[in-house]
Parts: sequence; structure tokens; C-alpha cells
Amino acid sequence: MRRACFKFSWVAAALLVPQLLIIFVFFYWPSAQALYWAFTLEQPWGGGNTWVGLDNFRAILTDPYYWGSVRVSVIYALATTALAMGMALTLAVFVDRQLAGYRSWRVAIIWPYAVAAPAVGLAFQFVFNPGAGIFSYINAVAPGWWDLSRNALQAVVAIIVAGAWKQVAYSFVFFLAALQSIPRSLIEAAAMDGARPLRRMFDLQMPLLTPTFFFLLVINITDSFTDSFGIVDTLTGGGPYRATDLMVYRIYSEGFKGMNYSGAAAQSVILMLLVMALTFVQFRYVERRVHYT
Amino acid sequence: MIERTPLLNLATHLILGFGLIVILAPIWLAFVAATLTLQDVNAAPVELWPGTHLWANLKEAWVLSDFGPKFINSLIVAVGVVVGKITLACFTAFSLVFFTYRGRTLIFWMIFITLMLPLEVRIVPTYAVAANALSPFQALLDVTGMSWLINAVSGVQVSLQWNLLNSYTGLILPLVATATGTFLYRQFFLTIPDELVEAARMDGAGPLRFLWDVLIPLSKTNIAALATIMFVYAWNQYLWPLLVITDRATYGMVVVQLSDLVPDQMTTGGGTPTWHLAMAATLMVMVPPIAIVILMQRWFVRGLINTDK
Repeated sequence: MRRACFKFSWVAAALLVPQLLIIFVFFYWPSAQALYWAFTLEQPWGGGNTWVGLDNFRAILTDPYYWGSVRVSVIYALATTALAMGMALTLAVFVDRQLAGYRSWRVAIIWPYAVAAPAVGLAFQFVFNPGAGIFSYINAVAPGWWDLSRNALQAVVAIIVAGAWKQVAYSFVFFLAALQSIPRSLIEAAAMDGARPLRRMFDLQMPLLTPTFFFLLVINITDSFTDSFGIVDTLTGGGPYRATDLMVYRIYSEGFKGMNYSGAAAQSVILMLLVMALTFVQFRYVERRVHYT
Repeated sequence: MIERTPLLNLATHLILGFGLIVILAPIWLAFVAATLTLQDVNAAPVELWPGTHLWANLKEAWVLSDFGPKFINSLIVAVGVVVGKITLACFTAFSLVFFTYRGRTLIFWMIFITLMLPLEVRIVPTYAVAANALSPFQALLDVTGMSWLINAVSGVQVSLQWNLLNSYTGLILPLVATATGTFLYRQFFLTIPDELVEAARMDGAGPLRFLWDVLIPLSKTNIAALATIMFVYAWNQYLWPLLVITDRATYGMVVVQLSDLVPDQMTTGGGTPTWHLAMAATLMVMVPPIAIVILMQRWFVRGLINTDK
């Protein structure tokens, strides 16, 4: 806490008000609204909402399509996170050796962060396109073997690859920063003890990355739950046969295409709880263990 | 660095090279597709080397998607979000750090919690609020009986209306309503030594003068970092503009336009998919944020690490 402060005056309040108003209108109100809708049902001919208790949740949780959506979201989250973090860690560890061209490597790996999710989805739709993309070679020999719009497994693989591609840069930046914050003297001491570069990588640098690793694990999983809409929408559109109907995508289609606000709100609440639980885990268990020394 | 390791160095370059190929491959293929003609791009084995039609395709895609006004819209929204975000974050953090009053911690946490739920998660009710941004206040007045009271006293029927659909305000405001920058600014303000505040006060500076003449010049790096991150964030928004803007000709953003370019049955009507145009448009949409990230690399990395999104 700081000692020297200004006395409270209208200035302090005036500076605070715009932010508070905005988060009230666009954050707290909608979040509360989602809760309200989740427990009520809108009357078809107007006339307000009636309280239905847990009915909306019951309807969702007994819907096999919803569980399909949860399943594919979890698979997507885990697979993209594992792929992206694995690749980011490998690249960061080797970039950190700071050989010739170190700066160029760094830029070359960072820029995909700036590519919008729908652009990634669209580019990968071309890459994975059965007629024009890379698999056209195989399809020329075995027609119809690769077709995203028919094969559920291939569609899931496609969104995972696209999602992971988009996430690599973010994790890379954090891994590299963490690696560079390891004191030089530690590495030199290990080298003097006779540890060769690979040994130092596995026994010194990677263990020191643990806090960053867990931080990124939570962030990446959260992001893949919330940030997947653009990729799914342009790459598969949720299909084939709802095979890539991720949770956010489902909320969108239920709420805005199906006009089922209550159902969408209940799903939002479930997703909110999930994201909050993940964030809680991060603060409670991960952040506390951060020690680099 | 310390010892000679020619083999490992070679392996390092190989691994990094492989990683780079994986990262570049999809964009390279998209780029090549953007340089081909309609026939070539749909020819069975995928082309790996660029053709000669890049400029023609870019032009055609630009005209087809009416990118001129849309790029301007994207720019307006991105700059609006950057400016709004930085201003709000700076003001809020300043108030929270440099003043003493009760409830500061509570307010800080109220703002901080907004980091937990991204817009995508609460998209449906946020959309409803955007249809009438004053509806929360209307509801509050109704529930507390104030509207009835006002009606009884003055005979005025209270009905607050502020439709944000199809407007820049509607695009920008909800994107600004998070704690991203506030947290970054607070961290920075906490590192300002007390002596500086005391010196300023002794010289007779009030809080606003201190903010303007001392803190803002000191926080230039902060501003650059935050601006980079927020620009990319705002430019790349997809779901929100997709919902809020129905009048795409006037308010459409470039990224949203991509959804119209997916060459499926709907857009081509069973004809040959126009991949060359879709990829040309994708490239153009990608360029501004990538340029920002590369040019502002140092601040971008700093911002990314410190903002916690």
C-alpha cells in the first residue's frame, strides 16, 4: 500500500465512473441476465418470463447432442493445448540457445498470433480441402478418402490442427520469456559442473519452467473453450452431423439461429462455471507456486 | 554459448527449420492459391509454387468484398478500442492507486473479475443489452418502483432507449468492458516511488496535473504495449461484429467479411469454388495486425506477457 496519496475528491470518483458504468452495463448485467434466463422460460407470445427452476438445465443435460458437444470441446481443448504447448516449448528451448539468426527465428514464430481465427479457419479449409488442398494427392489415388464435410473424425482433426496452429505463438512468447529470465549464472554453473546443453535443457531449464507451464496449461484450455468460434465457423460450420459443434458454437447457434434464449443462457451458465473453475484453479494452485529462484 | 557443439547446433537449426515450415506451410499454400487462376487453383495436385495472378486476384477480391469501407471500419473500431481501453484503464488505475478511499479493494476486485468471463461466453445476453444499452437502468427503475413514481409525479412514462446495433459504439464499447489494461496500469503505478508523488504535491500539483505531466509521459512503454495487444484483439474480432452488425455495407468489418467468402455450396451455388479469391481476401485481412506485431515486436511481447489478456 502506498503512503503518499491524494485525498479523495470528486476527481477520483469521476475517473472511476466511466469504467464502472461500462462494466456494469456490458459485463455484470449480461452475466446476471444469463443467470435469470437460465432459470426462466420466455413465453412464446410475449408476456415475460416464467420461472421454470432447473428445467432448462435438465433439458440440456439429457440432450445427447449437448454431451456430444461437451465431449468434442474437451477433446479439442486437450488436443490443441497439448499440440500447441509441445511445439511452443520445443521451439522456445531451441530458440533460447541464441544461435545465429536468433531474432529472425523469434519473429518468424511470433507472427501467427496476429492472424484472426476466421482467417486461420479459412486458410486451413483450403489446405484441407479434398479437391484443392494437400490431400488432393491422396484423393487423386483413392477418391473420397479425405473429405472434411463427410468424415467426422477428419473434421475434428482439422479444427484441432488449425486451433493448435493459432495457439503456438502465445505459448512460445511465454516460454521464451521464462527461459530468458533464468539467471545466466545458474546455467554457467551447470556448464562448469560438466552438464552439456541437452542435459541443462532437461535437468535445469525445463524444471524451472514448471510455473509457466501450468499457467499456460490453464490459459490455453480456457482459450480453446472460448476462442474457438471463428475457426469452427469458417472451417467446418459445426458439421458434419454436429461432429465439431463446440460449446461456444452451440450457444451461438442455439441462441441466434434457434432463438432459444433460455437454452443458450443455461449453456452459457455451464460454460461460465467451467471457465470460472479453471480460472480459480489457476489463481489458487498455479499462481501461488511461482518462484523462479 | 559456452562450449562448441557443432552437432547440436545443426540439430537446433534443423528443428527450428522444421518448426518454421509447419508454421509457414498453411499460409504459404494460401498465398500460392491467391496467385493462381480459377482453373489452376482447383487442379487436382495442389500447386506449391506461386503463379502470376496475385495482383489480379487481390483486386478482384477487393472489389467483390467491397473492402474499401470495411478496412476503414475495421480501423475505426480497432483505434476506438485502443484509445478507449487505454484511457479507461489509465483513469481507473490512477484513481485506485493514488487516492485513499474506502471500498478501493472491492472496486478493484469488481473490475478484476471481468477478466474471468470473455465476451464469447456471455454473448447472448450481451447482445440483448446492445439492442438497448439503457435497459439495465430501465429495469432497475422498474424494479425499484422509480418509474412508477416518476410517472405518478410528472406524468412522464420512463422508457430509456439506446440502440447500439449497427453502430460503431455498439462494436467498440463491449470490447472495452474488461479489466485487461487496468491491471497492467495498476502494476505500473504501484512501482512509482512515493517520493515522486510527494515532490509533485509539494510543487503544488493536483492529481490531474500529476497524471498528465508525470505519469503519462512515464507510461509510454505501457501505452505502446497495450495499444499493440488491443489493436490485434479488436481487429480480429469476429463473433461480436457478426451479431451486432446486420448492415454490413455500412458497418461491416473485414474479418467478418471472410465468412461470406467460404467457397461452399451456398456461395458458389454448386459452381467451381473460388479459392483464389477467398485466399487473396484472407491475405489482405491478415496483413495489418501482422505488420503491427512485427513492427512493434518488443512492446507486443511485453504487453502480451503483462496484460493477462
